[in-house]
Amino acid sequence: MSTVVDEHAEPEVHAPPSPPKPRWRRLLLGPGWIRAIWMTALFFGLGFGLVTGIRALAGWDPVVFWDAIIVVAALTAAPIGFLAGLGAFDYWLAWAFGQPTKPEDHSGHGARRWTDYFRINTDHKVIGIQYVTTTIFFFLAGGMLAMLVRAELARPEADFVDPQTYNELFSVHASLMIFLFVIPAFAGLANYVLPLMIGAPDMAFPKLNALSYWLLPIAGIMMLSSFFFPGFGAGWTNYTPLSVEQPFGNVFFSMAVQWAGASSIMTALNFLVTIITMRAPGMTFWRMPLLVWANFTTSLLVVIATPFIAGSQFFVMFDKIMHTNFFDITEGGYPLGYQHIFWFYSHPAVYIMILPGFGIVSEVISTMSRKPIFGYRLMALSLVAILILGFSVWAHHMFVAGMATWLRIPMMITTLLIAVPTGIKVFSWLATTWEGKINFSTPMLWALGFVSQFVIGGLSGIFLGAVPIDIHASDTYFIVAHIHYVLLGGSLFTIFAGIYYWFPKMTGRMYNEKLGKLHFWLTFLAVNATFFPMHIIGIQGMPRRVYTYDPQFGNWNMFISISGFVLGASFLIFVYNMIVSWARGPRAPANPWRGMTLEWQVSSPPPLFNFDEIPQVVGNPYEYGVPGARHAVFNGDRHVVEAQETVRT
Amino acid sequence: MRAGSLIRVLLLALLLAAAATAVAIFIPWLPDNASREGERIDFVFWFVTAICIAIFSVVASLSVYSLIKFRAKPDDDSDGPPIHGHTGIEITWTVIPLILVISMIIVSSVALAQNDRDPSGSMRVEIFGQQFEWTVAYPPPGAREDMDGFVCFNLTEGSGEVDRRCKESPNLVLPLDRPARLHLTARDVIHSFWVPEFRQKQDAVPGLETEITVTPTKIGNFPFICTELCGLGHALMRTRAIVMQESQFEAWRRRGSR
Repeated sequence: MSTVVDEHAEPEVHAPPSPPKPRWRRLLLGPGWIRAIWMTALFFGLGFGLVTGIRALAGWDPVVFWDAIIVVAALTAAPIGFLAGLGAFDYWLAWAFGQPTKPEDHSGHGARRWTDYFRINTDHKVIGIQYVTTTIFFFLAGGMLAMLVRAELARPEADFVDPQTYNELFSVHASLMIFLFVIPAFAGLANYVLPLMIGAPDMAFPKLNALSYWLLPIAGIMMLSSFFFPGFGAGWTNYTPLSVEQPFGNVFFSMAVQWAGASSIMTALNFLVTIITMRAPGMTFWRMPLLVWANFTTSLLVVIATPFIAGSQFFVMFDKIMHTNFFDITEGGYPLGYQHIFWFYSHPAVYIMILPGFGIVSEVISTMSRKPIFGYRLMALSLVAILILGFSVWAHHMFVAGMATWLRIPMMITTLLIAVPTGIKVFSWLATTWEGKINFSTPMLWALGFVSQFVIGGLSGIFLGAVPIDIHASDTYFIVAHIHYVLLGGSLFTIFAGIYYWFPKMTGRMYNEKLGKLHFWLTFLAVNATFFPMHIIGIQGMPRRVYTYDPQFGNWNMFISISGFVLGASFLIFVYNMIVSWARGPRAPANPWRGMTLEWQVSSPPPLFNFDEIPQVVGNPYEYGVPGARHAVFNGDRHVVEAQETVRT
Repeated sequence: MRAGSLIRVLLLALLLAAAATAVAIFIPWLPDNASREGERIDFVFWFVTAICIAIFSVVASLSVYSLIKFRAKPDDDSDGPPIHGHTGIEITWTVIPLILVISMIIVSSVALAQNDRDPSGSMRVEIFGQQFEWTVAYPPPGAREDMDGFVCFNLTEGSGEVDRRCKESPNLVLPLDRPARLHLTARDVIHSFWVPEFRQKQDAVPGLETEITVTPTKIGNFPFICTELCGLGHALMRTRAIVMQESQFEAWRRRGSR
């Protein structure tokens, strides 16, 4: 047996302790919000000076040109100043300039006060909570926009907002939900539980982890502030030439995607290195919980695909402000090129937005059914199959776009083939519940609700995968129904399953079970009342992204809008439950669900470095019902293993 | 699985299949079909619907049965049986969906290949999209059908100027039972041609000439809608598709033709 070394017992000293500085100096020059504020202003000023100086020297008119200033100073330089001010780069900069780095005293690690959540923090558990709360904020903001969209659509006439505002409402709604909610919410949940699940003290790169979180609020504020600069009204897909012809505000989307995308890529790299190098002794790949498998495959998708959307949005912005001609036909550009690059990210993004959910649901269903996950290896392999197939289906978003007609057949084949590994997962979850002892707690309700909604979304996906039907259904409300079944009934439900499941672990308190169940049932009914009728009006002939429509769809739309408002209201129960339970809920035990995976073997919330002693993994993570089975043992109960080994020999 | 529970699951599956079939039949899903291509698309639609009802009833019946039957008693803290998997069952639920998927691929490919053809004797129609209106142009009856490129709209300039010899119309007017090959392009941004009753949809892309075939089978007046977000007037970019008898159509085409 290897000896367990606590790497954090004696921090390596990088520099002799410096004499204490005066308080005003620390406040003004030390990392934190005060420095962030003046450095944001300083970097904005630098950007402003750069643009204006060059224009003055070149003699261009006008000298103060706000379009260029906004792109350079507000959307690029100021966020860098903000991050530098908060202290995201302090360690690296000191190291790069050959100055003594601050000794690692773990003062930037863990949360002792609530203010510790509002600074650069290198503890993956704090970052996980930062992620989840921030993404829920943007979820509520995006939800408000959806309420406004439904208010406009309640009646056929244009009677609530003007067309440009309407186009911006649904564009920003989709962008927030995708880039600031679903993708980072999964990253946040995994940030919290993944290191715990593999028995690691933290992520592999804690400082990078902190930086990737702080990019998110920047991206979110940029997307929301696009309302003050009209122009992001081309849908979240931002197709050219429409996006290039939009007013200037379109660059807010182009730049926000860069910040959010950089955050995704950094987190994914961090997950990959963490999973590959920081598993506890004995944690082989085939002993990893499925959530870890799911985030491993998702991270591969993120690092490979995300540069493509970054590129596509840069091209749009360059076409717009630098007069490059990537997509301008009059100068030899090719509009469909945009769609290919865009969907080469954005289809894998669909799996980025669901595979981590598959992982969460696997954890919840196995634990709550008190049974091993059915067909563990096939479950892991089907994730890998989806990862590979996911890169070969992007053009199924373009069946009517005008690309080579023969290309539709191979894209249809790969698209429909993805139904096979996806089907394997659904069947395996059902088989896991079979003959189990099912505990219908709130996380389990969300997980099962997810399966039901995802089956409906998967079936409507088969319709859309079949080219002839897609030709009819493309760009109609059928599509809107489909994406909301897979992303709202799908991804969102798994996020709620995860939040309720790990809430006791994260906060050390129990949520209110009655309110949790009420939240589930209200949301579940409202989702179906809102989105199922959209299939019907779509097939009947209602196109998407319209603020006014044929009066024959008026009754259905009124019904959908009312259901949508109920859906929106249902989340207030969630917010209330979370806030009150976090503040005053009963203390949570270490393992309220009697789970076997490692995060349940430590206290709630876990110690600062997760494990007081490094666990030794000795078995599979879902051995429910196997007498005496253990996933991992700690030094203290080594005798258990020795006893088992004696029995075997 | 015991015989008793098998029968219960089967009954449940039949019940759910009946419910799903009722939803499929009694809700008016597809608008009335008015084209030959639409008939093939409808066939694929109902073929896929039948398979989906089958999948739905199997999955839903098993899950409903499982969730009701295997729920834990309030103070039962025991675990379920440690079943880790079953190779036979896992192969089954890999192979059966694979077969269903392949059947849908074949049916879809055949329908697509038939719909994609440009039938001999088809009539050339040119459709031009710009913010926020459609213009339809008909080459003169004598014009050769096999001519390359646009004969009515000047594609390279994309100006929307119509050749003087062509018949111009704000509506898509088509003769009954005669295949029409629609050639689409756009001036400014991407638009998309859709007539729900024809089932056919095709984007009109600046700088590209896209094609689609429609063979009307029903006389009538149908909505012709832009389905690709094209700017502020997108929702209003709609006109009509009018199908009339061949003789009426010829008379219409001569009328006002330059």
